[in-house]
Amino acid sequence: MLAHIGYGALLLTFLLALYAVAAAVYGALKGRPEWVESARRAVVLTWPMLTLSVLSLVALLVTNQFQIEYVASVTSRAMPLYLKITALWGGQAGSLLFWSWLMSAFTFAVMLRSWQRDREFLPWVIVVTMVTLAFFLSLNLFVENPFARLWMTPDGRVIGAMFRPHGAVPFTPRDGNGLNPLLRHPGMIAHPPLLYAGFVAFVIPYAFAMAALITGRTDARWIHITRRWSLAAWLFLSLGLILGMRWSYDVLGWGGYWGWDPVEVAALLPWLSGTAFLHSVMIQEKEGLLKHWNMVLIILTYALVIFGTFLTRSGVLSSVHAFAQSAIGPLFFGFIGITFSISLFLLMRRWDDLKSDMRIESLLSREALFTFNNMVFMGILVVSFWGVIFPILSELVTGQKVTVGPPFYEKATGPLFALMLILMGIAPLSAWGFASAKRLGRLIWIPAALAVATVVVLVILGVRSVWALVGFGLVAFVAYITLGEFIRGVRARMRRGEPVHVALARLIARNRRRYGGYIVHLGVIMMAVGIIGTHFFASETQATIPQGGSISLGHYTMTYDGLQEFYANDGRHVARAIVSVYKDGKKVATVYPRRDFYLDSQQPMTIPGVRSTWLDDFYVILVDWQPISVQGATFKVYHQPLVNWIWMGGIVFIIGTLVAVWPEPDPEEAAAKRKKKRATRQRPVPRSARA
Amino acid sequence: MSGRTRFIIGGVLIVAAVVYLIASATKANAQYFLTVNELLARQDELVGKNVRISGAVIGDTIQYDPQKLELRFTIAHVPGDNKTIEAQGGLAKVLHEAVKDPNRAHLDVVYYGPRPDMLKDEAQAIITGHLGEDGIFYADELLLKCPSHYEDAVPEQAEGGN
Repeated sequence: MLAHIGYGALLLTFLLALYAVAAAVYGALKGRPEWVESARRAVVLTWPMLTLSVLSLVALLVTNQFQIEYVASVTSRAMPLYLKITALWGGQAGSLLFWSWLMSAFTFAVMLRSWQRDREFLPWVIVVTMVTLAFFLSLNLFVENPFARLWMTPDGRVIGAMFRPHGAVPFTPRDGNGLNPLLRHPGMIAHPPLLYAGFVAFVIPYAFAMAALITGRTDARWIHITRRWSLAAWLFLSLGLILGMRWSYDVLGWGGYWGWDPVEVAALLPWLSGTAFLHSVMIQEKEGLLKHWNMVLIILTYALVIFGTFLTRSGVLSSVHAFAQSAIGPLFFGFIGITFSISLFLLMRRWDDLKSDMRIESLLSREALFTFNNMVFMGILVVSFWGVIFPILSELVTGQKVTVGPPFYEKATGPLFALMLILMGIAPLSAWGFASAKRLGRLIWIPAALAVATVVVLVILGVRSVWALVGFGLVAFVAYITLGEFIRGVRARMRRGEPVHVALARLIARNRRRYGGYIVHLGVIMMAVGIIGTHFFASETQATIPQGGSISLGHYTMTYDGLQEFYANDGRHVARAIVSVYKDGKKVATVYPRRDFYLDSQQPMTIPGVRSTWLDDFYVILVDWQPISVQGATFKVYHQPLVNWIWMGGIVFIIGTLVAVWPEPDPEEAAAKRKKKRATRQRPVPRSARA
Repeated sequence: MSGRTRFIIGGVLIVAAVVYLIASATKANAQYFLTVNELLARQDELVGKNVRISGAVIGDTIQYDPQKLELRFTIAHVPGDNKTIEAQGGLAKVLHEAVKDPNRAHLDVVYYGPRPDMLKDEAQAIITGHLGEDGIFYADELLLKCPSHYEDAVPEQAEGGN
């Protein structure tokens, strides 16, 4: 019954979306606003309808309705309630439904905004968002139906179908398969929805960009309207990526956080193009430059969003992440191909309208440095994309599948990340329009001198790796520049008599975009510290030791104090070791590396015991154990210097984004308000006189 | 030289750097991605070369020596092409049949490190490493995929119709 409600709501939403597209196109082309309004209402209805569908599926999940194929494949009786709810995005069909739900929710919010000044955009925003929604809904309706029921055919096979296949009898398993234990982690529970929210939110700026191209209103208006959507999308995507890294670190038991797995790269790609987009739209807003480029970036981001969803969901590439396998691949490819071609066609049609108002005239001007940084982001994107599609390309060209692994990515992106870091530091210092090397030199010689001093200190402290020193030197240089910007701003305010904390708070609050951006940069710097630390100084060892025995690694020693085995009440058998951690002979912590064995899915899961400080992590994995013999247990131990800087940097990064995204009054509305105020105070000035 | 010219030169340099980085890193790190059959067919030329292979883990062959952290298991040939896999009824089915079929080409694998959680019968292993003179594949990196499909687990627990 619930399944029928859920499926019916899906079908109705699909029809609503198709109707909205048709009505919006008709209304726009024939100049009939009542049809556009009707389309808008249809769009507004999609969200409650899909919410009904999602709630039906959640109800099926939490009440153990294992006759539903999806429920049986992702939940089991032993799972706690919150995991049953989050199993909504634990499998392919459910996560596609969740994607659609987010799409309709965001479009709903867009539909409710005030459209008075942008009436002409409305029908085309409806068309783009609803075509996207209809595509994803069609996947759910016709290929991956989350509401399909299980049936036993006369020849004894179990299949999933919405309606009774000929001669089949209903089939209900006693228990479900349960969610893959690897996915039962707080980071993994929040990671997919955040990533998807980031993916989906980027559809909104894309929709407005297409509306701008179709209507020919190609000024920066579409950028002003969608600035906060882009930032929000970026925020979600960044959070999703960071949580994914954290999940990898906590769960996969290899001491790492990023493996250049194709699916990780797939989520990184739209983030890269989105980051480039966020920066280059600033240049269009300030200087009227790069209009074509911004269109290209948002079109690319949209394509990469769909591509990313496709990669994670199609299993086309060999990857640990591809938990899903299905036939939806060709459909995705078709959709990406068609939307990408149409977008490019629209862009070509408006090419001449998008001519820049100005040209870049100076190598060191801020717009030039921003452009370079954009190119570096695109370079990293091309490298990453190349790595992902290289196996497919090589097979097409030579008939032989050739892959590239993490060393390829590290080698090719390393110098680009370094260049990005430098530009990130210098670009904000240079001026719009024209900047001289002399002026820039005046601003950077103190940070440069301090960075050199930092490197000297590091050498004295015993750091010998040349590349690590180069990396730390660069990071220090950029950090001092960025902090210097805060100091300059605060001092200027203090001269006006503000105490330091007020000055800092006001500095940030009055220029949220600028200083939010700087805070983001500080977060990136902190993450870079962590990445350099783990990349150059990580070490590991392993040993089998009896109870009471110990393993040493660097300044650390761990002793194996004992083992406990018990059944947890959520369907796990737990074996955990009690390990004392000593640093330079002094006991600093007790950690509990363990192995959980999930009875429903018959799968073990290794959870490390970690002693974590801002300086380093001591990371212990219980590899194996003999409960009775004197052999004791085998441990693998990792020492990860500075890894915590990645997570702390991530938090700073997110805070910075929040500062930048925090609503400021719409500059145009604020200007209008000011104008009104002025008008009441003084005689209105005729428009021609002001212009 | 005008500022604009210098700006364009800067851009060209970045593009050139990206192209160079991609070309050199690809050349240095490309590795064949092979099925067991392909690897064995080209054994002579590929011994000692860094390659990536894929196959189905045969559960009965898994041996782990925690003292040495030495993991040994055997994989069976599975087709490498996604389309072929789909045509044969999906990855889960293909892996199942590969393990059950005694006539498939087999390859012994050695890996040193903690035993991966996902290593079990009928898992798909994607292994980076090299083939030794002794015919054993020495793995540097192990990726495992378990296509969890209800068909595998459910029928035994079936409860009849309702």
